[in-house]
Amino acid sequence: MEETLATPSETPRVNYLNARYGLKSWLLTKDHKRIALLYLGGVSLFFLLGGIYAMLIRIELLTPKGDLFQSQTYNKVFTQHGIIMVFFFLIPAIPAVLGNFLVPIMIGAKDLAFPRINLLSWYIYMLGGILTIWALLSGGVDTGWTFYVPYSTNFSNTYVVLAGLGVFVSGFSSILTGLNFIVTIHTMRAPGMTWFRLPLFIWSHYATSLIMILGTPVIAITVLLVALERIAHIGIFDPRLGGDPVLFQHMFWFYSHPAVYIMILPSMGVISELIANFSRKNIFGYSFVAFSSIAIAVFGFLVWGHHMFVSSQSIYAGMIFSFLSFAVAIPSAVKVFNWSATLFRGSVSYDTPMLYGLGLIGLFLIGGMTGLFLAAIGLDVHVTDTYFVVAHFHYVMVGGTLMGYLGGLHYWWPKISGRMYPESWGRFAALIIFVGFNLTFFPQFVVGYMGMPRRYHAYPDIPIWQVLNVMSTAGATILGFGMLIPMVYLIWSMRYGRAASANPWALPGLEWRTSSPPPTENFTVTPVVTWEAYEFAPPEELKVIGKLEPRDRADYPPDYPAYTES
Amino acid sequence: MSEHIVSKKVYFVIFGALIAGTLLTYVAALQDLDFIFHGANTVVALTIAVTKATLVVLYFMHVRYSTRLTWVIVAAGLFWLMIMFALTFSDYFSRGWLSYPR
Ligand code: HEM
Ligand SMILES: [Cu+2]
Repeated sequence: MEETLATPSETPRVNYLNARYGLKSWLLTKDHKRIALLYLGGVSLFFLLGGIYAMLIRIELLTPKGDLFQSQTYNKVFTQHGIIMVFFFLIPAIPAVLGNFLVPIMIGAKDLAFPRINLLSWYIYMLGGILTIWALLSGGVDTGWTFYVPYSTNFSNTYVVLAGLGVFVSGFSSILTGLNFIVTIHTMRAPGMTWFRLPLFIWSHYATSLIMILGTPVIAITVLLVALERIAHIGIFDPRLGGDPVLFQHMFWFYSHPAVYIMILPSMGVISELIANFSRKNIFGYSFVAFSSIAIAVFGFLVWGHHMFVSSQSIYAGMIFSFLSFAVAIPSAVKVFNWSATLFRGSVSYDTPMLYGLGLIGLFLIGGMTGLFLAAIGLDVHVTDTYFVVAHFHYVMVGGTLMGYLGGLHYWWPKISGRMYPESWGRFAALIIFVGFNLTFFPQFVVGYMGMPRRYHAYPDIPIWQVLNVMSTAGATILGFGMLIPMVYLIWSMRYGRAASANPWALPGLEWRTSSPPPTENFTVTPVVTWEAYEFAPPEELKVIGKLEPRDRADYPPDYPAYTES
Repeated sequence: MSEHIVSKKVYFVIFGALIAGTLLTYVAALQDLDFIFHGANTVVALTIAVTKATLVVLYFMHVRYSTRLTWVIVAAGLFWLMIMFALTFSDYFSRGWLSYPR
């Protein structure tokens, strides 16, 4: 088995980054790693754009009066923030960047099953993005990211169809990515890589892909119907023509609730990797964590009506949806418990990725628990459409997905770029982001519970409301600066960072058994897997070696015996 | 993946059937079928539509000649559609159950 693994001495000088040069070699590449980097560029751009809108929202809410924007403009700002962040950042971020890069490597494959389709998915994504940006430049959309009818069909006079088209088109890129992952995971695992030896990152991407394939067509048809209704008044959603506006909400949330799991599941996969690897311990209850991903994917489809408790949906249906929503929290809780149990007596190190991982456990806990508040019908009637809901979903989407994305990006950065990021800057930024995030969103729970509605550019002049909003804006400023730090040093490190060894963290996974950055074909020899997932050195050996300071990690002997033999 | 060669004739026959279905839908929509039972028009239109969709899936998408795995995938898609219908209709059917004091 030894000879199947790359050792640093044989690190090839040719890797996927320098194998070919020139714009064409990137734009026409079929290498999943390069496509991941194309996606990285795309999602970073949209994240920046969405972030600018977020700052505009926070500045407007600094004071009770609507002094920065007209209400019309404000409607466009939060709508565009939502559309860009949800459809063009959160949904593709982890699967299309980290998943694309790592799924083949982690299972020991040379590439995804359909490399051309993979490239196509990026072009489709960019096309969807450009259509949406076109809508923004022409004058914008103001329907909210949820495109609720009848506003979006009969009343709004903004660029609903164009923005909807952007969402429609970009959906196909999700479907293609999901398809590619499923086929790849089924058919291209290296010899010895059995299903229960798969890293949990792979399980969660498998579950995510199921949702992408089964759910995305529904959002596509739904926005298409909105467009048809708007243009041709066909009467699906318009009661005057025999339609029903609540039907739109059913169709929209049939996708969009599962879509929140498209966002969180990949992040849960990243965190499972981080927690196990930075505790140097097998994950507690591997199969529970693996199957909880599948359970979330399946049961996530049964709860959408919890977004519709006040929509005139039947109270009986509401009760079913409420009950099922409580049930779907169980597999999420399983993960949180198992992560915590993994930490117990682990040999925990607090490198930057792990800081994000630990942060996520706490933030997701708050986000998930408040989800249960909202799933209780009586309480939801009180807080629906208030800042309480806004705080809930930012705790899960930013506290969950963004933290996982940043943690994963740092963790695999040495593999992706072949360079180390500056560790102390990394930890500093992680702390700033954590503090900024909580300062931004915790006050929103409070002000929301007090009754401040979402989606208004002005609010009553109640002193405590303004105090809480000022805290939130201050937090957002800290968060914004915090986010700029990794952007700067990651770009800096691509050129000036210390060269990373094949296995800078001294870990057993397959991705650490090829050079950093990997060659185009990922492995010089097809790997044969003879070890279980997260099979670490016994503690006695760790004691002999001692715990290493991160700055020494790059020189850590990558052929450390405990994980090259099994 | 074994390639199954489908003769052109099959495609043309299916195409003809789809066109016929479209015309039938049009003609049926012009008749008031409510004398059979209330909403009969909808039932007729949906029956034709489902038949056409089935033809497309079986022949144009080659599912008829595909492996069991493909059938499982198709079945899963239909099952998910049923989930959507079942829970959506749980709303529509039970909306009238609760009588509000007026
Ligand atoms: C523990 C499981 C969860 C439960 C029980 C839950 C429950 C809920 C409920 C009942 C609402 C509707 C509140 C209202 O509009 O009145 C809601 C809103 C929302 N949730 Fe969750 N949630 C959970 C996890 C998540 C996760 C993991 C995410 C995303 C990663 C998420 C994202 C959202 C979003 C985006 C909304 C607001 C959508 C909008 O109206 O714009 N939720 N959640
Ligand atoms: Cu939901």
